[in-house]
Amino acid sequence: MGARVFRILIAKPGLDGHDRGARTVALALRDAGMEVIYTGLHWTPEMIVDTAVQENVDAIGLSVLSGAHMTIFPKVQALLKEKGLEDILFFGGGVIPPDDLRALKEMGMGGIFPPGSTMQTIIDYLNNALSDGK
Amino acid sequence: MSEKSKLSEIKKALNEAGVECKSKEVLTTSGIPVKSLYTPLDTEALDYFADLGLPGGPPFTRGVYQEMYRRQLWSQRQVCGYGTAEETNERLRFLNKQGQTGLNIVPDTPTIYGLDSDNTLSDGEVGREGVAIDTLSDMRNLLAGLELDKVSTSIIYNYPILFCMYLAVAQERGIPVESLSGTLQNDPFTITAGAKSWIVPPKGSLKLCVDVIEFCTKSMPRFNPVSVVGYHYREAGCTAVQEVGFTLAAGLSYIRAGVDRGLEVDAFAPRLSFFYNAHNDFFEEIAKYRAARRLWYRLVSEKFKPNNPRSCMLRFHTQTAGSSLTAQQPLNNIMRTTVQALAAILGGTQSLHTNSYDEALSIPSAEAAKISLRTQQVLALESGVTNTADPLAGSYFVESLTGEIENRARSLVEKIEEMGGMLAAVENNFVQTEITLEAHREQMETDKGSRKVVGVNCFAEPQEEISFEIMRVPPELEKKQIERLNKVRRERDAEKTEKALANLEKVASQGQNTIEATMEAVKVGATVGEIGALYRKVFGTYQDPGL
Repeated sequence: MGARVFRILIAKPGLDGHDRGARTVALALRDAGMEVIYTGLHWTPEMIVDTAVQENVDAIGLSVLSGAHMTIFPKVQALLKEKGLEDILFFGGGVIPPDDLRALKEMGMGGIFPPGSTMQTIIDYLNNALSDGK
Repeated sequence: MSEKSKLSEIKKALNEAGVECKSKEVLTTSGIPVKSLYTPLDTEALDYFADLGLPGGPPFTRGVYQEMYRRQLWSQRQVCGYGTAEETNERLRFLNKQGQTGLNIVPDTPTIYGLDSDNTLSDGEVGREGVAIDTLSDMRNLLAGLELDKVSTSIIYNYPILFCMYLAVAQERGIPVESLSGTLQNDPFTITAGAKSWIVPPKGSLKLCVDVIEFCTKSMPRFNPVSVVGYHYREAGCTAVQEVGFTLAAGLSYIRAGVDRGLEVDAFAPRLSFFYNAHNDFFEEIAKYRAARRLWYRLVSEKFKPNNPRSCMLRFHTQTAGSSLTAQQPLNNIMRTTVQALAAILGGTQSLHTNSYDEALSIPSAEAAKISLRTQQVLALESGVTNTADPLAGSYFVESLTGEIENRARSLVEKIEEMGGMLAAVENNFVQTEITLEAHREQMETDKGSRKVVGVNCFAEPQEEISFEIMRVPPELEKKQIERLNKVRRERDAEKTEKALANLEKVASQGQNTIEATMEAVKVGATVGEIGALYRKVFGTYQDPGL
């Protein structure tokens, strides 16, 4: 009882139109009792970070299936750092080869969920990560 | 024994044997109940000539050609596109050398969205998911050495820009456009609600789509100006029944739009083609293709009363289901693709792309693309399934399922017709919402384990190291492409380009057919981004309505 409701921004950056994963995750997190803001397609890193601030979210989740993840994820990461928003948890998913996944984690990105990840894994990850130290 | 007494004999025999023909609990992926046994009782109402007919004849349930694959195999047409025009040209030649029989070109996301490669929004996307095309010069390099008058060319692209570049290259080589065969995807509804790759709102996209239909009707008798896509809706999560319903509702809307433009139904409806998914539920997929053909025949006959039966004949391309592929134990994807491809063949496809095993990890490597092509070749040449037309006709189960899918899809088509057709259905977010709800349901079933995915929610293994090389698009290609674009911009006649673009804007604003004006513009070096910006100026921009 009394647990805080986490606010999550699910965003589709760049030009990628593959939004099945983002939409499915948004619905699953909502079902799990979180407040979810879903951006729709074609958001720039700046729009995403600004919205995260305005909406006062606990976490940002990005989905990229276009192969542009090594450009877009680091951009968002850098913006968060630049604006002193490192307390916002930054996670993501999409078609991301294992080497890139490792490289992104080394850059300090949070959980990355490739195809085949269950919704429960993502929910558990967010509950754990957001409950720690908050 | 008469038919009637034979059926009552069967009923009696089932009773005596205690066979209940249970249908509870087992459902197809579209939620159609499947019984444990099918008998002649399930096809009692089937009228051979009204419901099946001969292959090559109405209602085309059994296929669009009399001898099907004995006459001609389906086109083996692998989606191809990455990097710059050179890399893709090399891959196309490689696939041709390996025996593919048609071209299937996919541009990268900036090209699809009408943006140049140096647009800030294109950053990181150039040449990643397809080939980067900015100007006619890229199209020339892309098609270098390919015999456009001999091979049919499919372009997975939904506006006139690349179509006009393709025509311009043919003309430069002295090939009359009349002799070109192939397909432009050109489906305004899938780019709004399925693939989600619009440049402008659906109304403007539809206007530009009809420009291509009108041009092809007058000048390109061997070219399919539209490929009505179900594939993307399915990939985004819809069911087999919805895939049929959405595509046929879309097809009806395109016929209506052509008629409104002043075209005779029989002059263009025979050239509309379709594009379906081949998913996991084997018999449901086979029944889906058969149901789609029969229902299309019936709907077009009822609503437009054409004189030419070919106006009601549904020809289609198939791609195996990308969304069914797993990043876990990726070699299993070869088996998934084989089963899916077999369903497409048994369903009578005219053309086929088989996915590669590495596609849940990256775009396909040359090696993976070769194996997926070999999959088709093994099915075509070794399995014997090509020897007779529509081999599953008369199967109590397949016929029953075909009828059930047809009935359910018809209800959906009628619902969409009542809304005002597919344009209204995508504008009011109906199609998008229906798809998302199904995607959500499927995900929940997979998570719970009631829908099995081998290697993911059963027989999973600790993450193994990938045993093959993952395809990478070198980041320096983006720079190379931008340099090339700048070279064209420097070298073209600025005044001529400006004039051609101004003319195109005038033509588009006045609602005239844009094809000739677009041809003139691309010939003098206008870029995809310039024409895309012009479209947005004339037809407006479109925001994703979200959830």
